[in-house]
Amino acid sequence: MTGVLPIALEEATKTIQALLVAGKEYIGVMKLHKDVPEEKVREAFSEFQGEIYQRPPARASVKKALRVRTIYYLDVLEIEGRNVLFKVGCEAGTYIRKLVFDIGRVLGCGAHMYELRRMRAGPFTEDNYMVTLHDILYLYDRWRENGDIRMLKRFILPMERALNLMPKVFIRDSAVDAICHGAHLTAPGITHIESGIKPSDKVAIFTLKGEAVALGTAMASTEEILKATHGIMVKTDRVIMPRGIYPKLWK
Amino acid sequence: MRDKAPWSIKRELLTKSEDETDPKYGCRPEERQYPEIVKFGIINLDKPPGPSSHEVTAWVKRILGVEHAGHGGTLEPLIYVEWAWRSQSDRCSAHSLRGGD
Repeated sequence: MTGVLPIALEEATKTIQALLVAGKEYIGVMKLHKDVPEEKVREAFSEFQGEIYQRPPARASVKKALRVRTIYYLDVLEIEGRNVLFKVGCEAGTYIRKLVFDIGRVLGCGAHMYELRRMRAGPFTEDNYMVTLHDILYLYDRWRENGDIRMLKRFILPMERALNLMPKVFIRDSAVDAICHGAHLTAPGITHIESGIKPSDKVAIFTLKGEAVALGTAMASTEEILKATHGIMVKTDRVIMPRGIYPKLWK
Repeated sequence: MRDKAPWSIKRELLTKSEDETDPKYGCRPEERQYPEIVKFGIINLDKPPGPSSHEVTAWVKRILGVEHAGHGGTLEPLIYVEWAWRSQSDRCSAHSLRGGD
């Protein structure tokens, strides 16, 4: 098994953008091509933390231009002979196979990736209701047989989970349907907001029941939004909730 | 200073103005019933090795008999994602452009 792959269904596919750009965590085994002292390996690993430059591998389906990616952490967990077990937390679009190859070049001995497993994709981790294809088949059949909704809930999570790592803004009922029609969010519609938001940050807009309404871009900081009495606070980029669920209280 | 992983950032919920929500409209995500569970649902799949993410997504789609499904595992050129989003009907063709892994 190669690890966490979130799959969004029907309307929830609108939340995929948030997952595509979300950070990932992997555990992998790197195979060194020659014997290298342990501290040399650890030293090389520590050099690849923070901002790194990476050229996508030849077979990748993106432009082969050098690009910058952030490695949040890169830890050597265990070294056994030429095998190095490591854990990496990285920005979306980091090629781990390439990272391992580049570490091998810095060490001068060469290295390749032997095994890799994704431990996290954005908010989704291994211990967060992760299921196999077999589980899905089994649970779905059970639900078809006995109509027990718990069988579905064992493997289908609310799409709101996909937005868990984004800063959140909560809005009142009267503001919901306007946003569903593509309107931007103005100050009076906001009831709650999370700390740490800066202008141009991507945020998620929720109802007071916790339903996802839309993804947007903050126009101001948390502090400014808390004080504001009018004006656009969040520009709506992507509507998630279908229209007509909340009453139309706008003209 | 090195960037913190998004999952280690702690945020606090602050109140701008209190309000209540009318139970007549909408539904708390965890209280959704069928078919809304599926319609607004996401699966945290342990991907088997071998088939591409795209193939696995197609299998899930078939098993559950849903019209649309998409995976959030790989970052591909955003332009393709945008295409897929702009035109609902073209979603499948745009998705296949993005390829598998």
